[in-house]
Amino acid sequence: MNILLDLFLTFAKIGLFTFGGGYAMISLIENACVEKKRWITHDEMMDVTVIAESTPGPIAINCATFVGYRKKGLAGATAATVGMVLPSFCIIFLISMFLDHFLEIAWIAHAFMGIKIAVGILILDAAIKMIRKMQKKPVTMAIMACSFAAMLLIDMFAAHISSVTLMLIAAAVSLVIFLCERNRGKAGADK
Amino acid sequence: MICLDLFLGFLKVGLFAFGGAYGAIPLIRDVVMSYGWLGDDMLTYMIAVSESTPGPIMVNLATYVGSSQAGLLGALIATTAVVLPSFIIIPLIMALLKRLLKNPYVQAVLRGMKPCIVGIILATGVYMIVQHSVGNIGAFSENTAAILLTGVLAAIYFGSGKVLKKGISPIGLIGISAAAGILVYGIK
Repeated sequence: MNILLDLFLTFAKIGLFTFGGGYAMISLIENACVEKKRWITHDEMMDVTVIAESTPGPIAINCATFVGYRKKGLAGATAATVGMVLPSFCIIFLISMFLDHFLEIAWIAHAFMGIKIAVGILILDAAIKMIRKMQKKPVTMAIMACSFAAMLLIDMFAAHISSVTLMLIAAAVSLVIFLCERNRGKAGADK
Repeated sequence: MICLDLFLGFLKVGLFAFGGAYGAIPLIRDVVMSYGWLGDDMLTYMIAVSESTPGPIMVNLATYVGSSQAGLLGALIATTAVVLPSFIIIPLIMALLKRLLKNPYVQAVLRGMKPCIVGIILATGVYMIVQHSVGNIGAFSENTAAILLTGVLAAIYFGSGKVLKKGISPIGLIGISAAAGILVYGIK
């Protein structure tokens, strides 16, 4: 089979059958691309995961682009990424046409009032899991605590400060701390 | 112009959404609210729908918001915009900048951004829970029901992780919460 078509179909299948977003997809991508198709090695897959986590964007898309690009350059990356996106695009587009009408039905509206609460719990759970995996250094914890407080205040007072601004400030603070530590290290070495 | 706004808004999401879907949710809330595209409730419903349908959550949300604002064209534009940064950054890193991520300065920047994102996600979760449980000031009976639901659902979700081996999946929790919502709000 044509490799581009193969990339497209493989990732379309992953896109169609994986629920729960990025991290759930990584294991499926590994299964398809490393074990079945042997497009990339297990070590490369580990690299992808690290790169996908350190770069912005949907993790599944990062992985699809990586595998596609490795196999067939830009054309491969396009085939894999479009394949990944297309199934959910069609599904969500259909839902978007009907959701408003669905919500006019009383029992569905009630169901969504319950679901609304579940979403908050899921987001909280995601944050707790991330905190568990985080390095517990004082600087890291301080940045997290400050961002938490700042974001909560922004939400409460509906302030027009983007979370991107917070991220850039945190990046700058971390960079300054790194430079200070390095200079101190150098000064220590000079003595 | 709505199409340009959609493109720029979701480009920003794709460019700054580190840490997967949950890292993107605060950012998407940010963008969607500041343009006034969707209300808080509708966005929250859609997060649940995105979680319960296949595909990357961030992409699903982009498709939905785009479609709600400008039909098929809007959906195409928003989806392309959210994917575009990864599509450019990943080949760039593979082809040219393999060592970029190991660079100490880049590492320092990432070290600062990661805990910040965790803080932002935590704040978003806490704020959403508080808002959805005690948000309706004055409507006491609705509040009691919501607070009760929050407590029960949280106990079920976090408790199941301790009792069962794998716990309840996010989709499982959404299903339970939908049934609970029909029961609690329907009977009243």
